[in-house]
Amino acid sequence: MVEHIRKPKVRHPGLRQNALGLTRRDYEGSMSTLCAGCGHDSITSAITQAFFELDIPPHRAAKLSGIGCSSKTPTYFLGESHGFNGVHGRMPAIASGANAANRDLVYIGVSGDGDSLSIGLGQLCHAIRRNVNLLYVLENNGVYGLTKGQFSASADVGTKSKRGVENRQRPIDPVLLALSIGASFVARSFSGDKAQLVPILKAALTHKGFAIVDIISPCVTFNDHESSTKSYVHTRERYHEVVGADFVPPAEEITAEYQAGATEGIRMHDGSLVRFHKIEENYDPTDREAVYEYVSELQNEGEVVTGLLFIEESTEDMHDIHGTVDTPLVDLPMDRLVPGSEALSELMESFR
Amino acid sequence: MASSGLERTNDFAFKIGTVNGTGSASANGLLMQAIFRMGIPVSGKNIFPSNIQGLPTWYEVRVNRDGHIARTPRFDLMVTLNPTSVEQDIAEVVPSGYVVHDSSWPLDESLRREDVTFLGVPMGQMCVEAFEGARARILMKNILYVGILTALLDIDTEIVKGLLREKFERKPKLLDSNYLAVKMGYDYAKEHFEPPLPLRLEAMDETGDCVLMDGNTAAALGCLYAGATVAAWYPITPATSLMDRFLAFCEGYRKDPETGKNLYCIIQAEDELAAVGMVLGASWMGARAFTPTSGPGISLMSEFIGLAYYAEIPAVIFDVQRTGPSTGMPTRTQQCDLLLCAYASHGDTKHLLLFPADPSECFELAVRAFDLADRFQTAVFVLSDLDIAMNDWACPRMEWDDAHEHDRGRILSSDQVDALDAFYRYLDVDEQEVATRTLPGVNPKGAYFTRGSGHTKFGRYTEDSAEYVEVVDRIARKIASSADSLPEPIVMSRPDAEIGIVALGSSDGAVREAIDRLAERGVQADYIRIRAFPFHDSVEAFLEAHDPVFVVEQNRDAQLRSLLTLETNVSQERLIPIRYYGGLSLSADHVLDGILPHLGELGEEGALEKGSVAGGEDDTGSTATTTAPGDPAAKPKVGAS
Repeated sequence: MVEHIRKPKVRHPGLRQNALGLTRRDYEGSMSTLCAGCGHDSITSAITQAFFELDIPPHRAAKLSGIGCSSKTPTYFLGESHGFNGVHGRMPAIASGANAANRDLVYIGVSGDGDSLSIGLGQLCHAIRRNVNLLYVLENNGVYGLTKGQFSASADVGTKSKRGVENRQRPIDPVLLALSIGASFVARSFSGDKAQLVPILKAALTHKGFAIVDIISPCVTFNDHESSTKSYVHTRERYHEVVGADFVPPAEEITAEYQAGATEGIRMHDGSLVRFHKIEENYDPTDREAVYEYVSELQNEGEVVTGLLFIEESTEDMHDIHGTVDTPLVDLPMDRLVPGSEALSELMESFR
Repeated sequence: MASSGLERTNDFAFKIGTVNGTGSASANGLLMQAIFRMGIPVSGKNIFPSNIQGLPTWYEVRVNRDGHIARTPRFDLMVTLNPTSVEQDIAEVVPSGYVVHDSSWPLDESLRREDVTFLGVPMGQMCVEAFEGARARILMKNILYVGILTALLDIDTEIVKGLLREKFERKPKLLDSNYLAVKMGYDYAKEHFEPPLPLRLEAMDETGDCVLMDGNTAAALGCLYAGATVAAWYPITPATSLMDRFLAFCEGYRKDPETGKNLYCIIQAEDELAAVGMVLGASWMGARAFTPTSGPGISLMSEFIGLAYYAEIPAVIFDVQRTGPSTGMPTRTQQCDLLLCAYASHGDTKHLLLFPADPSECFELAVRAFDLADRFQTAVFVLSDLDIAMNDWACPRMEWDDAHEHDRGRILSSDQVDALDAFYRYLDVDEQEVATRTLPGVNPKGAYFTRGSGHTKFGRYTEDSAEYVEVVDRIARKIASSADSLPEPIVMSRPDAEIGIVALGSSDGAVREAIDRLAERGVQADYIRIRAFPFHDSVEAFLEAHDPVFVVEQNRDAQLRSLLTLETNVSQERLIPIRYYGGLSLSADHVLDGILPHLGELGEEGALEKGSVAGGEDDTGSTATTTAPGDPAAKPKVGAS
């Protein structure tokens, strides 16, 4: 199978290396089997770039997904990470359990609009509620690709399928949903805008808590035609960037130029900085209500609002809420977990 | 005063009918514990409604000097305090028995029976006079009947007082009122009824090595000692208290002494699908993880269970079985998930099942479940039931060997991975049927892709017939090979046994009592109690060696019999199903009623007289029946050789 053709790791002496001495090639996976021109492949490339630039050792990342075209993509990046392709719509549960067991790894979950907004809607909502430390990438194309072009729950009213059927049910918008139920990091981007996507993914990976990045990712086979609102043409035309984000790692902070006025920064928990360039005046990515209002207003006008839309860095993640020790639970030796024979015989006395 | 005329020391049963939500549970527990501390074999069955407050609830206590602690449906004494159930309560008492009732109000004359003795105590009135406030009066009425029964049954008063002292050590005011209520009941009975009754207690020395514990508590303790760190669940009766107790144990034993932080993570999930998904995620990561649930939860978890099977991820699932399909009767017991769990999920699957018979085994098998899940990299079910899980059982003390080595199975260390040319997740390099696994985050060379889609022995995606078959065949061999590592069946043989009996789980007590009663009639039975699935070879050998074999189980469709016929070469007609599925705990009567008609003359001679089981039980399934519906092979078979 093409999927398992490993790309040869020829190390060109001129390839840029990151702080770990690894090149971008070390963050790649197997060959993609998606359709040529699929938006998902661009996202895969951006994810690869983000992990490379953040100097994350590949084996210290865990990549998870559900079922669908989007969920196939973890095979195509981070070939030296453990991966988990679970069941349809249930990636958040597996990611939550994995994170509960080992809080030290970097978690990325990849899902699609069918996986997230229909069969897995409940799981998505509750992962947001738990605030699992996870980058949740939603590759959003408005259709079911593997089953050949049915509408998904993110399809806009009036969208026509390739066969000409019109969708008349209102869409579920992942950004508004995430904002309304308290997500601590919400972003939207476009697979065709890598310059915007990579810094957003880096910020999302650094965020402590659940970070959802909704990425419009056109389906070239089933949803890239004229009446589609998730096509390349439509998205480019209606694309509305409200804040540009730069990601500044802690080590570079001192040299980073701080531009007063148009730019403001948010300190991430690891000391890095996310700088916002306000393209839209008065946009405040820390004001949940205002962001909700803004995004929904422009959405009603048919605009695709993009950027790092909302961030709240001071929230408690799943481990804070559960009061778990800093050491990953998987690293605790049995003698710290098992009370022993004496404790048991004492306990037995209380059941007399 | 009427007397049964029989010496019934340490051999009788009584029942208390109250309204749920009125605090009777602690009074009933107190009685049970007092008798336990007198060293007498005792069992208590809590029959409660799926309701918060206001519906009838009962507590049944059986004492038996011979150690038979299965439920008995014959009550020698009834305390009836619930106007809604009083008619049924009185009807359930055996002839020559006793009824203790609240005589603050006159008893409906039509309810009186000539063949039982009515002992009226103006409990309500006494409590109104002695205590202030509606709540206290209701609560103290329960303690008052503890006092009455202490006198009537000759319960050791010092033990009762001692229990109250332990319970209210830090609440002297409550202690005083509890003392007073016990004394009031005790004195009233002494003054008016010339106790003790012929149903009386006498200290024994039979419970010294035992504890009084419910199965969910014991299972939770097993999880603690197994080293489980991640637990995910969705509340469901009757499994909820397992997680409640696990949390309580963790709070006591799993705090980091320096930081006060938790050495565990318990997640209340949004549903059972998520709960088992979390278990898989945590187990994949290398933690020991479990979820407790009941039948409806297993239905929801099925898809993930198939993933655990095929992707070979350890998972420990406690199924505390309750009654029926759909919602059924959530507060009644059954063994109705055998087939569901054995083959849960679509496609070809088969899972490891463990069957504890009492709380001590819940502890033991919980610990083993984690070892087996790690060893065989698959889902392991511990199938207990509401009877074991929520009733207090006098059972052997649990013990721990500090030399115990938890079997984490074939997990490669970073060094072991480094020593390999290449790592392939499902490659059976040494024909052990179980391949090695690596944990995420340990070594980049050990990375692999876990997937529920078709995969090769190298862990790669495939749609190739031969590659697919190679992997699923190995998994089938792996599951089959597990049988020898599972808890062995327990066989009880008698010389010259004519018949065989097979059972599992909470049926044990009733079956052993039935075997004793059969022996009294001259029928000797061998007994095998199955403790795990896939079945150990000795199960088939037992079935082959006996004819007929009675398969005793607590479900309508003879699920154990079906499993036995599917998984052994024994023909169906040799296996006579004895089924009880009314939702109450199995009694020896149910077993005998099912077996005796098959024993020809022996059965007829000594058969239980119909009607010896007091009325008041539900109709459906209250008597064990021996033919499976639509099962032509289950024709009654007559005659033991």
